[in-house]
Parts: sequence; C-alpha cells; structure tokens
Amino acid sequence: MDFINAIVLLLNYIFVPALSYGSQLALGAIFVSLIYGILRFAYFTAGDLMSFGTMFTILFTWYFQSLGITLGIFPTALLAIPFAIIITILFTLGTDKLVFSYYRIKKSPPVMLAMVSIGTMFVTQAIVRIIIGPFDRSFFDGEKFILRANEFKEMTGLNEGLSIKSTQVLTLFVTIIVVSILFWFLNKTKTGKGMRAYSDNEDLALLSGIDPKKVVMITWVIAAVLATIGGALYGLDKSFKPFTYFNNMLPIFAAAIVGGIGNPFGAFLGGYVIAFSEILLTYAYRKFFVYILPESLEPNSLVQLLSTDYKFAVSFSILVIVLLFRPSGIFKGKVL
Amino acid sequence: MRQYSDVITAYAIMSGLIILVGFLQSWSIALSILCFCLISAVMTMGANIQWGYAGLINFGIMGYTALGGLAAVLVSVPPVKEAWQVGGLNMVLCLFVIALIIFSIRFILKKFKKSNKRSYGIAFVIIAGLIVLRLISAPAIESIEAVSPATTGFLGGFGLPIIFSWIVGAFFAGALAFIIGKIALGLRADYLAIATLLISEIVIAVIKHEDWLARGVKNVIGLKRPVPYEIDLQTKEWFVNLVAKFNQGTLSLITDTLEKQQLLKQLVIEGSTVFVKLCYAGLFMIVVIILLIITQKALYSPWGRMMRAIRDNEEAANAMGKNVVKQHLLIFVLGSAIVGIAGAMMVTYDGLFTPGSYRPMRYTFLIWVMVIIGGSGNNFGAILGGFAVWFLWIEAAPIALYLINFFTTGLEETNTFRIHLINSIPYFRYLMMGVGLLLIMRYKPKGILPEKIRHV
Repeated sequence: MDFINAIVLLLNYIFVPALSYGSQLALGAIFVSLIYGILRFAYFTAGDLMSFGTMFTILFTWYFQSLGITLGIFPTALLAIPFAIIITILFTLGTDKLVFSYYRIKKSPPVMLAMVSIGTMFVTQAIVRIIIGPFDRSFFDGEKFILRANEFKEMTGLNEGLSIKSTQVLTLFVTIIVVSILFWFLNKTKTGKGMRAYSDNEDLALLSGIDPKKVVMITWVIAAVLATIGGALYGLDKSFKPFTYFNNMLPIFAAAIVGGIGNPFGAFLGGYVIAFSEILLTYAYRKFFVYILPESLEPNSLVQLLSTDYKFAVSFSILVIVLLFRPSGIFKGKVL
Repeated sequence: MRQYSDVITAYAIMSGLIILVGFLQSWSIALSILCFCLISAVMTMGANIQWGYAGLINFGIMGYTALGGLAAVLVSVPPVKEAWQVGGLNMVLCLFVIALIIFSIRFILKKFKKSNKRSYGIAFVIIAGLIVLRLISAPAIESIEAVSPATTGFLGGFGLPIIFSWIVGAFFAGALAFIIGKIALGLRADYLAIATLLISEIVIAVIKHEDWLARGVKNVIGLKRPVPYEIDLQTKEWFVNLVAKFNQGTLSLITDTLEKQQLLKQLVIEGSTVFVKLCYAGLFMIVVIILLIITQKALYSPWGRMMRAIRDNEEAANAMGKNVVKQHLLIFVLGSAIVGIAGAMMVTYDGLFTPGSYRPMRYTFLIWVMVIIGGSGNNFGAILGGFAVWFLWIEAAPIALYLINFFTTGLEETNTFRIHLINSIPYFRYLMMGVGLLLIMRYKPKGILPEKIRHV
C-alpha cells in the first residue's frame, strides 16, 4: 500500500504537472526550432509572440462571454483560439513583410536578424502591455477538475490524492493533436517535405523548384499557430502575465537547443526533458522516502536536491552540459 | 577637426537636450538623467568592446551588472560580527572546498588522457564536492540568516569606502566572464547569445536566493556614499554661503528678512540635492573619460587592429598566426569587467542593492539597443547611444503623454479609450525603443556615429 501511495505521490506532484508544462514548452520550442531551421536565426520574440496570441485569445474569450456564448464544461478560450490564431498569423506575416524580409533578401548574417528580432520583441511587448496591461489575468472558465484529490482518495482508499486539472488533460490532448498534424504535414505532404528540404540545404531546395516565399510564409503561419495554442494553454493552466511569457522564452530556447535546434521532433522531446528535469530536481522527496523506506531509515531533511528558487537554473545547467558534450543537441540538429 | 564634426554636433545636441530638461522640468531630474546616462555609457563601452571590436555577442550584461552591484555591497557594508562568529568558519571552509574541487579537476585534466574514465572521475569529484559543500554550508547558512534577519541576516562586507567596489566589481565580472568564456566562446554567434542570456539568469537567481551573501530579495539599503549627504550639507556654512551667492539676484529682491531666510532655506535644500548629484556626475564623468581614453588608445593600437582583423575574418587572422581563441577570451573578460564597473557605480548612486530589480529587458536588451543605435565599433557612438537611449527611456513618458493628448484632443476627458491610453503610458517606452532599433537597423545599420577606420 505504501508503495502505491508513493507512486501516486510522484504522479500527482511530478508526472502530471511536468507533462502539461512540458507540452506547453514543447509547442514553443517546435516553432523556435522551425524558425531557426528555415529562416536561420534565433527568434527572440518567441515568448512575446506567445503572449500576443494569448492576449487575443483572452480578448475574444471576453467578447464571447459578453455575448453569453460558453462551451459548458470546456473553457470558452477553446472557441476563441482560432480567431486569435488568425490575428497572430496576420501579425507574424506583417512583421515578416515589414521587417524580416528585407534582411533575408539582403542575405544579412543571422546575428543581424537576431538583433532585429529583439526590436520586434520590444514592439510586441509594448503592444501587449498597452492593449491588455501588465497584470496577472486568469481567463479560465468551465469545469476546473477532472479528478479531485478527495474523490481519488475516497475511490481508492489511499492516503495520497491524485488531482487532475481539466486544463492539464486539455493541454496534453491538444498538444498531441497539433503535433501529430504538424509532423504529418512535415513528413507526408509535398509542402512539408519542401520545407524540410529547404531547411536542410537551401541551394539544393531552390534548385529543385521549391518556392522560398511559400516556405517562409508557411513557417510563419505554423509559428503563429503554435505560439497561440501554446500560449493559450499555458495561460489556461496557470495564468496570463506578459512578463512570465517573456521569461518563458528562456526554457523554450533551452528546450529547442537541448533537442537539437532546427529539428522539430527534437524540440518536442526537449520540452519534456526540460520540464521533467526542472520538476524532478526541485521536488522535495521526503514524503516519498517516508513511504518507501522502513521507519528506521526515514530522512529528516526535505531530501530536495535544489531549492525551487533555482527552477530556471536547472534548465540552463542542462543546456550548458548539452552544449559542452553534445553541441548538436540530444537528437542531432544543426551543428552550431 | 572636420572628421569629428558629426561627433561634436551629436554631443552638443545631447547636452542641449539635458540642459533643456533642467530648464523645463528641474535641475535635479536633469542631473539624475545625466548620471544614469554616464552609467549607461560605461555599460555600452563594455558591450561595444565585445561587439564592436571583436564581434562577440554577449547577452549576459545583466549578470555582470548585478555582480558589480554585489561587489558594492560586499565592499562597503561593515562586517556583521555575530554572523561571522556563527557561520563564518564554515563559509571560509566552503571556499577551500571549492578551491580543492577546482584544483583536483585541473589535476585530473592534466594527469590523465581523455577517456570515459576521466569524465566519470571529474563528474564524481564534482558531485562529491557538492555534497560536502552542502553538508558544511547548510547549518552555517541557517545560523547566519537567523542573526537578526530584519536588519542583517548576512555576512556583511569589509566596511571599506564604496569607491573601491568599482574595481572589485570589475574583477568579479571579469572572473565570471572568464568562466563563461571558457565554456561558451567556441559557440556560433547567436548560440553564444542564448547561452550568455541563460547564464546571466542563473547569476541573478543565485544572488536573489542566497540570503547569506547579500540578503537576497530582502535588499541591502543605506550603503555609504562616496559624496556628502544632503543633510550634512544643509548645516555647513560654506554651502549656505555658496547657495546665497548663486541666488543673489532672487534673494536681493526680497526685503523682508524672515521671508528671505525662508527662501534661502528652501534654496539650500534644493541646492544640496543638486550638489550631491553634481558630485556623482563628476565622479562618473572621470570614469567615463578614463575608460574612453584607454579604449580609444586600444582601438587604434596594433592590438585594436588585430581585433578588427579577427572580427572581420577570423580564419585569415588565424592563418596570420593570431590566437583567436585567446584574444576572444581576453576581450570577453575586459568588456565584462567594464560592465561590472558600471554595475558597482549604479549601486553606489542608488545607495541600495535590489536583486529583484535586475531584469533582462532593462539591463541586457536596452544596453544592446544603445550600442546598435549609437554605432558599434565607435566608442563615441556607443557613449552617445547610452546617452540618447537613456534620455529617451526616461523622457518617453512625458513625450507619450504629450502625443496622446495631441491626438485625442477630439475625445472627451472621460473617454475610456483615452484613459486607457494614458494609463499605459509607461509601456510606450518599449514601443519607442523597438521602433527606434528597427528604424536604425534598417536605414542606418552602422548607427548614428558609424565606425571610422583610420588608415595610416
């Protein structure tokens, strides 16, 4: 019984939260990785693009709520996401047309484009803060829990409860759908194959008649879709605050690099690697050991490898280790 | 002289703007803008050395700034005796353990050939060392933080004049840069940017959460100043006389003695804040001028030529027998050390150390905007960028307010849209910075004062 309790404890505090956090990071990391692979620069606006998409999700959610439209047990935001995606797509295509395309045509070095993306980062951040303000906002409605800790305890008779928030399940579900569609698109359709070819070898791809404009456009569209969905899911699960989204850029980059930048599948797994290691290393295992060890061996301290304050530091340390020993990432992206 | 005409015009405009603020708003505001402009100028010089001279991207400026600030605390705060008694020994022991770890790793690296066994050995040393460190430090940290946590709760510093911290800060930042450089300098440019950005976040996390070091987010306040305090000045006779002399015109207009005294008192209070800020500005100006002379000399020395050669064509420079890796590391350390000076200067000026306020937007990206806008590779340009961008950053709010009022004159005072816009004025500075950066990068990619290559 103690053993099952210990397992439930880990499921509740590590596995379930890490899985949903990892999915949100993975969505971000995939589009950062795609932009890196195809447009060939580090897109520093990543976190703010997510907050931009989320902001419009919130605005549309409010609009629908004011009209009295809700989705019952599901959050209204699900209905708002498609509309927000359209606006975010317009935004990314607009910034590309106004800002990035100039440097691409001029064949500026990637550093230049990264600097330019810092400019767009400032602008995006300003737009978000001017429209919705810098405050913490929660826009979740509908049924909050699928499984409550108390219900679980009653059901199984265990000491430890397992609670599953509906947003966590939703995150996982949506991520699986979106990512499968994306990989199907990249691996099976002609356009997707063209994009991969372009990312692999630009000259050869151009030679075989792939339209670079189309490739670039689709990359931005995918980026907008993933940014909005990832951002909205993160906001539903936790809450929306522009500053947190900006900071999320860091673990997202860590995930993209750990997975092998330029390799979307690696980025997808990288998101989970970062999320799990952050939570695994900062969790206090005392209760876990109390369950599985005999009474005489019970630990007195918290058995916490790192204090939760260093959550961010964990992902960066992993990044540094990967950089040192496997610069192309765990799943062989571009060698940097 | 003619080749410097654009430099002189640009600086004349800049000082004109600051003087204008003095007349329109107040001299106190103008001087604090000037002080921060000077601090920003030091930071941009550091970043410019790395980016402009050598083409290295360093997005870790925030980390070095914070380390400089930490140096200010550690140098100037008097030691907390009680804390040293309860935990000092253990903390010193920790330092020895760290040194031991480093030396044993170096020993292993030197003595054994590269193999899996060696890697495992190093990993073992690190993990064992960390466990020992944890065992030694944990009780000490607990007891140190328990020493009157409301006021101290940390080890304190050395109680030296704070001005020494400007040098110590440079050493702190340089040491960190040395470690980072060893790890990350081999990476490609934009990869280096991300790595340094992440490492600077780690530095901030450590400073924020290691309370025994500098009280963490509880902040250290009331650092000693290198310049006189306002309250002391107000009682000094020579200062009162000085203020009276400066305001002779206004004072002589008033005949009533009581009223005259009242006005003089008011003027002395105002004058004392201005005087203190002037002292700071003078100190900072000295630092900026010294650094400017050194960096200018370096830029036009054979060493500077070599750096440019490395920046423009690494392989060719390598083929000429220049040690690119070593030079990159050197310049990375030098640039970061200068940023460390600026960090210490800033904390000196503020008189307090607030680790929670270090954010990448303000301390990393804004500095980069300064370098790019001012003109990378040109020290005068970088300093100008620091001045112009900081000026805009501060004055963005009044400008935005004016513009909003101008464009919404047709709307009523109570219009929700107008009120919303006026409430979000602080964020217009981000918009201005972003648009400014994008415009400069598009139409004047070399900055306001572009790099000049002097051919001898």
